[in-house]
Amino acid sequence: MKLKLKRTKRNALGDIALILASALALLLVIGSLAVIVIDVGIHGYERLSWAFLTESPDNGMMGGGIFPAIVGTTAMVFLMTLAGVPIGVATAVYLHEYAAPDSRFAKLVRIAVQNLAGVPSIVFGLFGLGFFIQWVGPGIDRFLLGGARMFGQPGILWASLTMAVLTLPVVIVATEEALSNVPNSVREAAFALGATKFQVVATVVVPQSLAGILTGGILAVSRGAGEVAPLLFTGAAYFLPELPSRFSDQFMHLGYHVYVLSTQSPDVDATQPILYATVLVLLALVFMLNLTAMVARSRMRRHFA
Amino acid sequence: MERTSTTPPPSVKLSIRDLQVSYGSKRALGPISVDIYERNVTALIGPSGCGKSTFLRSLNRMNDLVPSAQIEGSVKLDGTELYGAQVDPVGVRRRIGMVFQQSNPFPKSIAENVAYGLKIEKKLQKSEIRDRVEQALRRSALWEEVKDRLDESALRLSGGQQQRLCIARALAVNPDVLLMDEPASALDPIATARIEQLIHELSASVTVVIVTHNLQQAARVSSYTAFFYLGDLVEYNRTEVIFRNPSQEKTEEYVTGKFG
Repeated sequence: MKLKLKRTKRNALGDIALILASALALLLVIGSLAVIVIDVGIHGYERLSWAFLTESPDNGMMGGGIFPAIVGTTAMVFLMTLAGVPIGVATAVYLHEYAAPDSRFAKLVRIAVQNLAGVPSIVFGLFGLGFFIQWVGPGIDRFLLGGARMFGQPGILWASLTMAVLTLPVVIVATEEALSNVPNSVREAAFALGATKFQVVATVVVPQSLAGILTGGILAVSRGAGEVAPLLFTGAAYFLPELPSRFSDQFMHLGYHVYVLSTQSPDVDATQPILYATVLVLLALVFMLNLTAMVARSRMRRHFA
Repeated sequence: MERTSTTPPPSVKLSIRDLQVSYGSKRALGPISVDIYERNVTALIGPSGCGKSTFLRSLNRMNDLVPSAQIEGSVKLDGTELYGAQVDPVGVRRRIGMVFQQSNPFPKSIAENVAYGLKIEKKLQKSEIRDRVEQALRRSALWEEVKDRLDESALRLSGGQQQRLCIARALAVNPDVLLMDEPASALDPIATARIEQLIHELSASVTVVIVTHNLQQAARVSSYTAFFYLGDLVEYNRTEVIFRNPSQEKTEEYVTGKFG
């Protein structure tokens, strides 16, 4: 019998169709990103200047810069990361390293985390308002500050903590994934050398998952920098030329500023260049945050490849 | 194996009495009673699933890490009970080192790998750590190959070098006993020969217990051999007796390759 080694027409056609389909999908993804970036770049570039980056807005949103919004966004992201990542990492370490595989409690926590990831961001805003601003804040005011109204109102601390809760699932899932990539043989090696459980986790497992944990951090930061809805209730200011100096201060936020510029301006044509430039800065900021974290991650990987 | 005829009977390092291990309701091992002799190599042989690895892991309480494992009986190291109520398994593992089938270096530098056990135990001077790292690498016959690149990642070493690094890492804390779970089964013949040579040298200073599937290896490196079958210790004697003149039929069938 003769062996059939020749490529059939049907197989060849199937290959071509698949290549075309994936090329089209790729084009769609890259294309839409390119359109956004180019459009924002061209229109935003004209208005972009050193003054724009370092001045406060004035003239009823039709002049000035966006400095307070840049500072506010950066500070909020920083506080959010500081609060959210340690809690998220600790939760994942508990779930993956300490909880028994068949633990009911761990299962419950996982379900909670998954559901947390599916909650619309506006609901997180309402949660922040109800929990932090109407309950925790007034409690602090009453019992620690003698009744002065300080934390019982929207502010950058509450906004950051609300965002931290919103980004928790991302951090937890990414960290657990990273922990499960650490081979068991390495844990055994450390145990066999007389390491305690805590030493195994702290000196072997977590350091080896840092790259993955950082990935979670990146995703959380990008999400936190771009999300606006939760801030509506928790601390973003419509217009506030001063920078926040205390945790209880309100702050301007780039994303919220974009929303304000595009919906609240008395003169749309005068505001539009500012709007474009603001979007450009917001995009650049998010890209930059991502890039920093990505460089850090690849450094960490290369360190011991 | 020349020294067998000249040396007096060695002293007992590990004394195991009625050791029994089960996972859930399934009995995996024993009850087993056996003495392991100091500064000798003892080989554990037997077909897969015969309990030899379970036995090995009971000696440094690694089985404690398996949630379903139940361990009964007694293991004494120099007369001290390792399964006593007051005993911390962490302390046991510092005195009884272990080398695994798959080399498992940490993704850290060569020096950091060897120093790991020292650093987690207590704070030491940098110079002392360096000395003990060198000492351990010399003992595992790796020093000459890595002395100029101690800060390189351990993962860049070859398979055989990685395994010798794991041996150095275990030796750095100066254990009394070194347990080896098929340490050469993933290596090529040349790397295997080096490991075997190393085991032979180490037995001058450490008590070695080695699990192996390779009967020739057991015959080459060990002075005592224990044959396990279906969770029981069938026969335990000097290696040459086990291989040339076993008293049990099952042992003879196994060492002559009739099953396994």
